Amino acid sequence: MSQTVTLTIDGRQVQAEAGTTLLEAARSVNIQIPHLCSNEELAPYGACRMCMVEIRHGQRTRMVASCIYEVEEGLEVQTATERVLNVRRLVIELMLARNPTHPTLLQMAADLGIEKTRFEVEVKGCILCGLCVRTCREVVGVSAIGFEGRGTTRRIATPFNEAPPDCIACGACSAVCPVDVIPLKEKDGIRTIWKTDYPMQRCESCGRLIAPVKQLEYFAKITNQPLSHFTEHCVHCR
Amino acid sequence: MQEKVAQIIGKYNNDKGFLVPILQDVQKEFNYLPKDVLVAVCAQLHVPLSRIYEVATFYRAFSLTPRGKHQLSLCVGTACHVRGAPIIQDGIERVLNCKAGQTTADLEFTFETVNCLGACALGPILVVDDEYQGQMTLAKANKLLKKLGKKVATDEED
Repeated sequence: MSQTVTLTIDGRQVQAEAGTTLLEAARSVNIQIPHLCSNEELAPYGACRMCMVEIRHGQRTRMVASCIYEVEEGLEVQTATERVLNVRRLVIELMLARNPTHPTLLQMAADLGIEKTRFEVEVKGCILCGLCVRTCREVVGVSAIGFEGRGTTRRIATPFNEAPPDCIACGACSAVCPVDVIPLKEKDGIRTIWKTDYPMQRCESCGRLIAPVKQLEYFAKITNQPLSHFTEHCVHCR
Repeated sequence: MQEKVAQIIGKYNNDKGFLVPILQDVQKEFNYLPKDVLVAVCAQLHVPLSRIYEVATFYRAFSLTPRGKHQLSLCVGTACHVRGAPIIQDGIERVLNCKAGQTTADLEFTFETVNCLGACALGPILVVDDEYQGQMTLAKANKLLKKLGKKVATDEED
């Protein structure tokens, strides 16, 4: 049995089920909060800090990440105070220092009135939101990639920086990346991801490329179906 | 190797939650975390290899490269720094012919710097095989290295 709580977001009364996050509650009434690392298919994580909002407890206000903070009865939330905007400006500038060119980040910055970062730029591309790692772990279920190191040298990596043994070349990590820094190439029936080549399976009926062989083998394994179930017909000729 | 890994993991009831202590035991047994051993841990503990790699690279106590027989840790925290730790670091690096964080080619010594050992009154501190040596000087460090079997070139400047 789920409980409904009532809270106020930007002065509007909002009803939400207990356990939902502030970000979801705000979205349900069309209040947009910028965010980069949150995805409804994944467990709340709270890495990017773009979704910071101000909440009021009695006399005092506090900054929380709305994507991991759960709704509370009578909570007052402000999503666009000057304090909130200042934090977001700082956060986006820190991300621009790692990736000063990506349109998504530049658009977010522009929305906050920022053109360029005040910090020294050190191009890394990746903003360490962890979407790729978490998608691989939670959605795909193979955990082929992960983080390496910590602090300023933290980065996304395959185990030992070698060809990832568990990767099925599905490309989910590349697709989910908000700043497009995971290259995925397809040429002549070969998909290249994480610097490794994976052959693609051709449809046995129409000859079109379906998916990487390893991915279909993984499908066969988790669904307990013979591999032929996935190779005989593709979506085009089924 | 497989049995050794099984034995270590068995000690923790094959519980994934004990990944860090398991890796600590592996490191004690093999002196570092060899790749094939980590692959064996991954297979036997049913933890993704990427997860093990994350943990192994996160903690500085873990090493993915072979360690020397003797472990030297020099404190370069603030108190030790002002009392001359950098000079000692230079000296040790010269004698061992390896930089901080590296292991000598003959696998005899691993030399690394640490940021504070919490015994600032004794600074500068050099930890030699888990034994704290306080009020370190270049001459004392050379003597210790000699005792551990390192040929120290005639100390021209001493």
